[in-house]
Amino acid sequence: MNMRIFIPRDAAAVAVGADEIAVAFEQVAAKHGLPVEITRTGSRGLCWLEPMVEVATAKGRVAYGPVSAEDVASVFESMASNGPHALRLGVADEIPWLKRQTRLTFARCGVIDPRSLEDYRAHGGYKGLERALSLGSDAILAEVTACGLRGRGGAGFPTGIKWKTVAQASANRKFIVCNADEGDSGTFADRMIMEGDPFLVIEGMATAGITVGATKGYIYIRSEYPHAVEAMNAAIVAARRGGYLGDRIGGSTHSFDMEVRVGAGAYVCGEETSLLESLEGRRGLVRAKPPLPAHHGLFGKPTVINNVLSFAAIPFILAEGAKAYADFGMGRSRGTMPIQLAGNIRQGGLFETAFGVTLGELVDDIGGGTFTGRPVRAVQVGGPLGAYFPRALFDTPFDYEAFAARDGLIGHGGIVVFDDSVDMRKQARFAMEFCAIESCGKCTPCRIGSTRGVETIEKIINGERVGENLALVEDLCNTMKFGSLCALGGFTPYPVLSALKHFREDFIPAPTTLQAAE
Amino acid sequence: MTAVFEPSYEPSYEPWNETRGAEIIAEHAGQEGATLVILHALQEAFGYVPEAAIPMVAQALNLSRAEVHGVFTFYHDFRHKPAGRRVLKLCRAEACQAAGGDALAARAEAKLGVSLGSTTADDRVTLEPIYCLGLCATAPSAMLDGRLVGRLDEKRIDALVAEAQR
Repeated sequence: MNMRIFIPRDAAAVAVGADEIAVAFEQVAAKHGLPVEITRTGSRGLCWLEPMVEVATAKGRVAYGPVSAEDVASVFESMASNGPHALRLGVADEIPWLKRQTRLTFARCGVIDPRSLEDYRAHGGYKGLERALSLGSDAILAEVTACGLRGRGGAGFPTGIKWKTVAQASANRKFIVCNADEGDSGTFADRMIMEGDPFLVIEGMATAGITVGATKGYIYIRSEYPHAVEAMNAAIVAARRGGYLGDRIGGSTHSFDMEVRVGAGAYVCGEETSLLESLEGRRGLVRAKPPLPAHHGLFGKPTVINNVLSFAAIPFILAEGAKAYADFGMGRSRGTMPIQLAGNIRQGGLFETAFGVTLGELVDDIGGGTFTGRPVRAVQVGGPLGAYFPRALFDTPFDYEAFAARDGLIGHGGIVVFDDSVDMRKQARFAMEFCAIESCGKCTPCRIGSTRGVETIEKIINGERVGENLALVEDLCNTMKFGSLCALGGFTPYPVLSALKHFREDFIPAPTTLQAAE
Repeated sequence: MTAVFEPSYEPSYEPWNETRGAEIIAEHAGQEGATLVILHALQEAFGYVPEAAIPMVAQALNLSRAEVHGVFTFYHDFRHKPAGRRVLKLCRAEACQAAGGDALAARAEAKLGVSLGSTTADDRVTLEPIYCLGLCATAPSAMLDGRLVGRLDEKRIDALVAEAQR
């Protein structure tokens, strides 16, 4: 029997040498004269172990990592002889970091060949759609509502209500739009699932299509993700060929087809109405709401627009039933959240778990603290618009409401860890700078406020009338928070105000002369 | 290193040619909301979007030149002139900042003698910031043309800069 080796093709693995490793394994196998079958998979999400390579054994797939080109020869010998190796991690599924997760959405990611529809089906793919086709629209809506799924892009709006609104709207055309403009730093779950399990996203979107009566879908992927674009395009072709996109999908009477559209480097296009403008071929200017996209969305038609992770949660919910999903979680945050541990972290990666895990568990226990070995000082949760949390708030459970109660947000589930060398003044200034660079310019608080914010924080950094300027920044943040049209201007105050509140000492010059006088 | 794997990602572009430009525009003009699709296709072919192409896109899509110009200038990706021979993008977002990206960006700027957002005098290298490559758990990261590089340190950034300058 051929030796079967699995090497990720995920961009994060490729960025640390997975392609080179794949070539090296082929060469070593040829040298040994052993027939080897190499499958390129997605990533399991244990990013600090990438490139993580696996070999099929009688006991399951055994992992090695992080493998460098120099290690390939010895790793190959260990694989062939089932012998020990310093990089041998044991059976992949038994690695504690993976085992303690609840992988509902990411169950197949890193396991299957993302280019193979057959592999997807062999691992339970399209069971959700098949059940959906037998249920019909009303029953699907009941399931999607009962499971408690809320928009995973960050806003947390109940998916069932959104879908129902579109289902009830009457129009000659309706659209399904997948928001894959994952621009938040510290987040990469959308990218990973598109690269590692693209059929899952297609299945979720097709399910939405048959539910609301839409026959056309678009997935808007940011241009910074060329690997994801390639993976989705390949999967769409394969799904069409397999009868899962196009006319009469899955042998039903429903038609649904979709295409990839690529963004062009505008962060604001992650905001849903800006994304719709961009899809229509215009500048990504945010639209005032109402009307909601569910009534007046793409090309003015009723549109379901959801994040990648929302669509990707759907197949499990329909295959296993709403209760199986809703049984996980806490409060009004039901199911699981693919959390992304990033930045200065020892064990970073994708950790899917039920809502309710605390920030401290995620950062210290699961993440293992910083890779620099210095103490964790601040973590930013939810991307560039998310608040900075100090250690004192590490008891906050991962839950939409719990984070909101502490003036933060979980956003798209990204956690960026900073050690004690961080200068929070710089981080606060960056938040304003980023908003200034990315503002669409439609509303004044965001367009002008962000620039004034940069200038004022600059003055604080230079020690100019610090007290007055701090008050000014706080006032400005309130104007932006309540006066902006969308989350870009509206949430930029979160990182700024949280830095001011929890890390005040960074903004006030140390009172050395005063102490000396006393 | 035993297996040297150095895929050539150095892009090559056609010189601007009106007939070719018109073909590219016509190929995509039938799609709904085609403006970005066409601008991407033009840039892929020519390495930038020549000013002469803007009125052609406008005419093909029955839009005003101002509208197309507005779209073209709104998005960070589109270039109005060719970039350097190689484009080195450094991720400057928070996760890479947390992992020491600031110092590495300064190092690359010093080595190339240009600041982020500009091209070396010999037109060899364009150095640009990028806000998140989604490699946030293997930060800091960069992209040299199409090739991604993670876990950057001084040695790796020096090698990348040297490769870009070659």
